[in-house]
Amino acid sequence: MSGEVTPAWKHLLEVEHLEVRFFTRRGEAQAVRDVSFTIDRGETLGLVGESGSGKSVTSLAVLGLIQLPGKITGGDVRWKGRSLLGQGGERYARSIRGKELAVVFQDPMTSLNPLFPIGTQIGEVLRYHMGMSKSQARTRTLELLDLVGISNPAQRIHQYPHEFSGGMRQRMLIAMALACEPELLIADEPTTALDVTIQAQILELLAELQERLEVAVLLISHDLGVVAQVCHRIAVMYAGKIVESGPAEEVFPRPGHPYTMGLMRSTPRLDLIQARLVGIDGAPPDLVRPPAGCPFHPRCPLAVEECLEEMPPLEAHGGGREVACWRAFTEAVGAEPGAGSTRG
Amino acid sequence: MPSLKLSERSPERDRRGAEPLLIVRGLTVRFPVGRAGFWGNRRLFVHAVDDVSFEIFRGETLGLVGETGSGKTTTGRAILRRVPIAAGTITFKGNDITHVDGDNLRHLRRDMQLVFQDPYASLNPRMKVLDLVGEPLVVHGVVRRIREARDRVRELLELVGLPADAVDRYPHAFSGGQRQRIGIARALALEPDFIVCDEPVSALDVSIRAQVVNLLQNLQDRLGLTYLFIAHDLSVVRHISHRIAVMYAGKVVEIADRDEIYENPKHPYTQALLSAVPIPDPALQRTRRRQILRGEIPNPVDPPPGCRFHTRCPIAEDRCRTDPPPLEPKRPEHLAACWLT
Ligand SMILES: Nc1ncnc2c1ncn2[C@@H]1O[C@H](COP(=O)(O)OP(=O)(O)OP(=O)(O)O)[C@@H](O)[C@H]1O
Ligand SMILES: Nc1ncnc2c1ncn2[C@@H]1O[C@H](COP(=O)(O)OP(=O)(O)OP(=O)(O)O)[C@@H](O)[C@H]1O
Ligand SMILES: [Mg+2]
Ligand SMILES: [Mg+2]
Repeated sequence: MSGEVTPAWKHLLEVEHLEVRFFTRRGEAQAVRDVSFTIDRGETLGLVGESGSGKSVTSLAVLGLIQLPGKITGGDVRWKGRSLLGQGGERYARSIRGKELAVVFQDPMTSLNPLFPIGTQIGEVLRYHMGMSKSQARTRTLELLDLVGISNPAQRIHQYPHEFSGGMRQRMLIAMALACEPELLIADEPTTALDVTIQAQILELLAELQERLEVAVLLISHDLGVVAQVCHRIAVMYAGKIVESGPAEEVFPRPGHPYTMGLMRSTPRLDLIQARLVGIDGAPPDLVRPPAGCPFHPRCPLAVEECLEEMPPLEAHGGGREVACWRAFTEAVGAEPGAGSTRG
Repeated sequence: MPSLKLSERSPERDRRGAEPLLIVRGLTVRFPVGRAGFWGNRRLFVHAVDDVSFEIFRGETLGLVGETGSGKTTTGRAILRRVPIAAGTITFKGNDITHVDGDNLRHLRRDMQLVFQDPYASLNPRMKVLDLVGEPLVVHGVVRRIREARDRVRELLELVGLPADAVDRYPHAFSGGQRQRIGIARALALEPDFIVCDEPVSALDVSIRAQVVNLLQNLQDRLGLTYLFIAHDLSVVRHISHRIAVMYAGKVVEIADRDEIYENPKHPYTQALLSAVPIPDPALQRTRRRQILRGEIPNPVDPPPGCRFHTRCPIAEDRCRTDPPPLEPKRPEHLAACWLT
């Protein structure tokens, strides 16, 4: 964690041509296909997409937690330039997981042990990973709970997970994830189960921690608004692929991929009155038998013959933007002009 | 056999001056949850809905928003007479239905339907679409046997945008959005005037959600339906509703036209709620003033005295801690329950 020597690596996390398959009775589900992205120190990347698009599987692959019937079938994941895959990689992955690389899942109840008081659980992490003594761990636990905005931490450490509300449990998990001063925090739908005022508290907390501790964040969400609020860059997934990525401030006002455009037009906005939403026809494809060519073509209003035959590569469009579409930045005919764009 | 053609009603939303389709006055619902006290002589209740009043006009959508446990579902179920009502009255089409039972209640049930949140849990997996959608017709004696309902079910499926040949399939063969369409077709089978939509799109993905929201709006236009639309997603509610009521801890704290409530929220809770909704526009998000509420929703077994929001309210004064504020006009056709606005 020192900045004295220039590191031999360029990106904190590099995911390159990642492929994950699930070997099911119905056949091989191609859950993640040729996914590449990077995360730098202190940066927040938002991974958005609808249910089943491969967001969680991507994050599990990064954490080295893919289990049978799933398998990483191709590509590489590198942490500070060193691979986390393969034989040597797995040991390396174990040594950084929960320390340099921490995770917060959607459902706090399944991630906390119901049988132990909250203080014991956080203390355990500190003693195991950071080699702290009992009293050091206790002091640090109190600091951490205070950091995530839990009042009266000295009393709270004796309470059990079920004695807390959903929002407080999510704070506990964040405290636990931060215990070892991670450099990257993976948060998979951290606010999806929460009410909007509690969600606002947690998002504020994440942004604040990020600024203070300079931790990088991979935020997974299906909510475009949540991602717009906290992320520097976004990557949009569809049917196991990243179809568009770029700086949030560029992608939201001017999406380049017809799927991103469709998502924006499907999302009602608090600040705009839309007579009718322009949805996306149809439903996402079966990943056991994904369509040939571009996976979005069966639902795409812009599809031409080329799209049925060949998968468009992610191509650079300047300013750090990438779009995987033969007809990137084309407005659909018949769509309301500017319906998905903002006036911010 | 009676004609089963869907009657196409006028899409007019006749509001002002007209008699409301539904009037709720002082609605109160409590659930017993055990006893307390040394001898167990004090009965404990969840005060789920407390002295709630509003009306819904024919052809309009009233959006009901609020956080978990605020009493939205219970309000909807009380209107449909599916939970015991402790106090208050419900008037539907000019008749007091608070205590109707027997045949009158059966009759009422034809006119008021429910669409649920979870399209997976609400459909019996062993029933074919024909049975699922046609069942209400048999139960209410519109047809004697399910196979007589076949044409009508095909018609309903087409109405909600499903292929007519779906009649012979089972729910597992459909995606989430399609299952929600099946649920809507079932709710429409008896040609109701009024539908309680309880989080009907909350479980759906963004692109599918838009399809179902559009369907509900189109059906309202074509059939003149009246909706109570319950949701916690304020963006969806703003989009679909004509008027909006905001609930907090069992109380309606504000009610007004949708644009009015979004542009001029009067209750501090409504203000905080609106400012907490993320908007998919990073530039706008950076400049927006966000008001973060501290604390959590109060315990419904023992709600705070005075205004129930005072424990989280940024502007609460002494009076708010002791006297419950009435829901009263703050601007034309805009009610709020707050001493300080
Ligand atoms: N245990 C499993 N067995 C079989 N297939 C799986 C399994 N887990 C995931 N998959 C496949 O991987 C795909 C991607 O799943 P993933 O959980 O990453 O989606 P997601 O984008 O996180 O969706 P959600 O928003 O619903 O969480 C799924 O469509 C599914 O086909
Ligand atoms: N059958 C019941 N028995 C006891 N308590 C109940 C029952 N049904 C609801 N409640 C309680 O009544 C209160 C209001 O619940 P309700 O389901 O109406 O809230 P809601 O606004 O619909 O919340 P959500 O957004 O979570 O659906 C809650 O505190 C709930 O726990
Ligand atoms: Mg997921
Ligand atoms: Mg509910």
